[in-house]
Amino acid sequence: MIDSAAPIARFWFEFRQSQIACVALLIIVLIAALALLSPWIAPQNPYDLATLVLMDARRPPGHVGAGGYVYWLGTDAQGRDLLSAILYGLRISVQIGLAAGAVAFVVGATLGTTAAFLGGRVEMLIMRFIDLQLSFPAILLALVLSALLGQGKVQIIIALVTAQYAYFARTAHGAASAERAKEYVEAALSTPLPSHKVIFRHILPNCLPPLIVVATVQVANSIALEATLSFLGLGLPVTEPSLGTLIANGFQYMLSGRYWISIYPGVALIVLIVAINLVGDQIRDQLNPRLRR
Amino acid sequence: MLGFLIQRLLQAVVVMMVISALVFIGVFAVGNPIDVLISPDVTQQIRLDTIAAYGFDKPLWEQYLAFLERLVHGNFGRSFVFNMPVLQLILSRLPATLELTIAAVAGATLIGIPLGMYAGYRPDSPITKAIMGITILGFSVPTFWIGLVLIMTFAVWLGWLPAGGRGDTVMVLGIEWSFLTLNGLSHLFLPALNLSLFKLAMMIRLARAGTREVMLTDTIKFARASGQSDGTILRRHVLRQISIPIVTVFGLEFGSTLAFAVVTETIFSWPGLGKLIIDSIQSLDRPVMVAYLMLIAFLFIIINFLVDIAYAALDPRLRARRS
Repeated sequence: MIDSAAPIARFWFEFRQSQIACVALLIIVLIAALALLSPWIAPQNPYDLATLVLMDARRPPGHVGAGGYVYWLGTDAQGRDLLSAILYGLRISVQIGLAAGAVAFVVGATLGTTAAFLGGRVEMLIMRFIDLQLSFPAILLALVLSALLGQGKVQIIIALVTAQYAYFARTAHGAASAERAKEYVEAALSTPLPSHKVIFRHILPNCLPPLIVVATVQVANSIALEATLSFLGLGLPVTEPSLGTLIANGFQYMLSGRYWISIYPGVALIVLIVAINLVGDQIRDQLNPRLRR
Repeated sequence: MLGFLIQRLLQAVVVMMVISALVFIGVFAVGNPIDVLISPDVTQQIRLDTIAAYGFDKPLWEQYLAFLERLVHGNFGRSFVFNMPVLQLILSRLPATLELTIAAVAGATLIGIPLGMYAGYRPDSPITKAIMGITILGFSVPTFWIGLVLIMTFAVWLGWLPAGGRGDTVMVLGIEWSFLTLNGLSHLFLPALNLSLFKLAMMIRLARAGTREVMLTDTIKFARASGQSDGTILRRHVLRQISIPIVTVFGLEFGSTLAFAVVTETIFSWPGLGKLIIDSIQSLDRPVMVAYLMLIAFLFIIINFLVDIAYAALDPRLRARRS
C-alpha cells in the first residue's frame, strides 16, 4: 500500500505509469536545459554582429560556411547560424512563458480565492468581470494590449498576464468556494488569525491541484500566444528574437522555397508546446477525482 | 419567455456599456492621441485647434459621453490611413471574413461531429486513437504555424493551391463572394482549413465526451432492446442528445473563430477584417481599432444572446421551466 502521507511520492509513482508523459517530461527537461545553457552551448552568438558572415546568408542546412564551419540547420537572411538562433530563441520563449504563467497564477489565484472568501457584492463584482473577460478570446485581448503597450519583454508579459489571469481566477474561485464551506475553514476563522492568513495558509493550499493543471496548460498557451504575437509583428522586437520572431523573419523567404528559416524554429516551438500539453494532460487525469481508481 | 428575453436584452446593454468604457479608456486614454493625429512639426495654433476639434481638452467623462453619442449614431469617425468613414471600410471587409469563418466553422462541425461520435462509440479502436492524436495536435500547434506548413506544402512544393488572396469573386446582392467561383474556392480552401483545425479538434472532443456519456444511459439500452440498429441509435438518439452542448460551443466558438481569423488572414493575405485590424494596429489607425473592437464585442453579445435562445428552444426542460 502506498502511504497517503507521501502524496508527492504517490503522484510520481502514478506519473511513471504513463510512458508518453515520461518521454514528454524528459523532452521538457532537455529543452529547459538547452534554453538555460544556450549562451554556452550555442556554436555562435547570433547577436554578435562581428561573427556573422553575410556571404553565408540563406544557406541550406548542412552548408559549410566561409570559416569552415558547418551550419547544420542552415542560415537566415543575415547569415546567422539557425541552430544558435533557435537555442537563443528557446531561451526567450521559455522565459516569457514561465514569467507570464507565474504572474497570472499569482494574480488569478489571489483574486479568485479572495472573492470566494469575501463573498457577497465583492465576489459578484469580481466574478462578473472575470466571466465577461472570459467570453472574449484571449488572443484579441493580448493583441490589443501589446499594440497599445509597444514591443518589449515586460510589455508582452503584461499583455499575456492580462489575457490569461482570468482562467486562474475562475478555477481558484470554483475550488475556494467549495473549501470555504468546510469545517476546517470555520475552525481557522474562529481563531484570531487575520483573514489573509486564512486565505493563503489554509484555503489556497487546498485549491492547488486544479490550479496546477491550469498552470501547465497556460504556460504552453502563453508560449504559443507570444509566438503568435511576435509572428504578427506585435510581440518581441527583432533585437530579442523569440521563436515566433524567427518564424516571422523566415516567412518572406518561404515562398521562394527557403523553408528552413521558418520550419526549424517552428519545429522547436511545437515540440516544446506538445510536450508541455502531454504532461499537463497526464497531471489532469491524475488529479481528477472522477477518474481516481 | 418574453420576460427572459427582456432580462437578457437589458444585460446585453449593460455589458455593452462596460465594454465601450473599457475600449474608450484603453484606446484613447493610454498614450496621447493628438500625437498620432497631427505631424510633430505643425504650429502650436493648429495643434490647439485640432485638440479643440476632437474635444481632447474636455474632461475624460465628457469625452466618453461624446464618444458614446457618436457610437449610437453609427459614426465611428474616419480612418487616418484609408481616409474614408470607418463604418464603410469595415463593412466592405466584413463579407470576406464572414465567408472564411463560416466555411471554417461549418467544415469543423460537419467533419468533427461524425469523427467524435465514432470515437465515443468505439473508444478502443485504433482509428479512435488516431483521431484523438490529431486532436492533441490541433489543440497544441499554433494556428499560424499550421498555416505556414499548409502554404509550404500545398502552394510551394506541390503547387496545387494558391498561397494567398481571394481569387475571382462574384457579385451577389452587391457583395463580392469567393466561394461561387472555382478559382475563389481554391483560394478559400487553405485558409478555411487552417482556421478550422482548432475547432475540429474541439468538436471531436465534445462529440466524443457526449457520446460516451449518452451511450451508457437507459434511453440507449431501451432503444437497443427495441431492436433498433446502432446506426439509427447514433443518428436518432445520441446525436439529438449531444446537440445541446455542441450548439453552445458552436455559437461561442464562432466568435473566437472571428478573432483567430486575424492570424489566418495575415498569413494568407485574405483581405478581411483581421488583416485590416493588424494593419491598423501597425499604422496606429485608432478609429479603426475602436470600431473593430466595438463590432467584435457587439457580435459576441449577440452570439451569446442567440445561444441562450437556442438553448431554450432545444431543451424542452428549460422551456417548461421558463414559461
